[in-house]
Amino acid sequence: MILGLILSAIRFIKGPTAGDRTVALDTMTIIGVSGLVLSSYLFNRYIYLDVALVYGVLGFIGVIVIARYLEKAL
Amino acid sequence: MSILEIIGGILIVIGSLFLFLGALGIYRMPDIYNRLQAGTKATTLGAMSLILGVGFLMPGWILKILIIIIFIAYSNPISSHALARAMHIRKRFMYFKNDEIDAYKEIDENNKHVK
Repeated sequence: MILGLILSAIRFIKGPTAGDRTVALDTMTIIGVSGLVLSSYLFNRYIYLDVALVYGVLGFIGVIVIARYLEKAL
Repeated sequence: MSILEIIGGILIVIGSLFLFLGALGIYRMPDIYNRLQAGTKATTLGAMSLILGVGFLMPGWILKILIIIIFIAYSNPISSHALARAMHIRKRFMYFKNDEIDAYKEIDENNKHVK
């Protein structure tokens, strides 16, 4: 999972267009949400699930806003 | 080891494997549409499986875990669709040149009188 995070971070850095970077950002957000849920199990903290949910909402809104901006509709 | 813990462990392993495969697809694919395809579907399945595995391991948390799963299941296709439409409007480079298959162009021409 951490290897996947590293791979998508490489694509995020060297992606040729803005869309590639946005796809990599989306994937990194989902991997981050999964990592937060897994860490909430490992450290036995119920409150980390809220953090994961809010992080997922923010990543979703960020990707939508970037996509609307790229199609010159914002 | 109860049966719930075994199922949860297997689901977590499957989920992390699919997350890694999605990121590998992001790294290896040649085109933005292929990257979108690989990065969205594999990642959605991986994240849902992993979170459901945590739900099997901790049965008291199942309500909030179901909320997160439902949110991922509807937000991830929406964002990938919006991104693909934005990239199509900007006319990005396509790896496989095939001008005959372009379903979005017909929709554009049908909706031209609306704009």
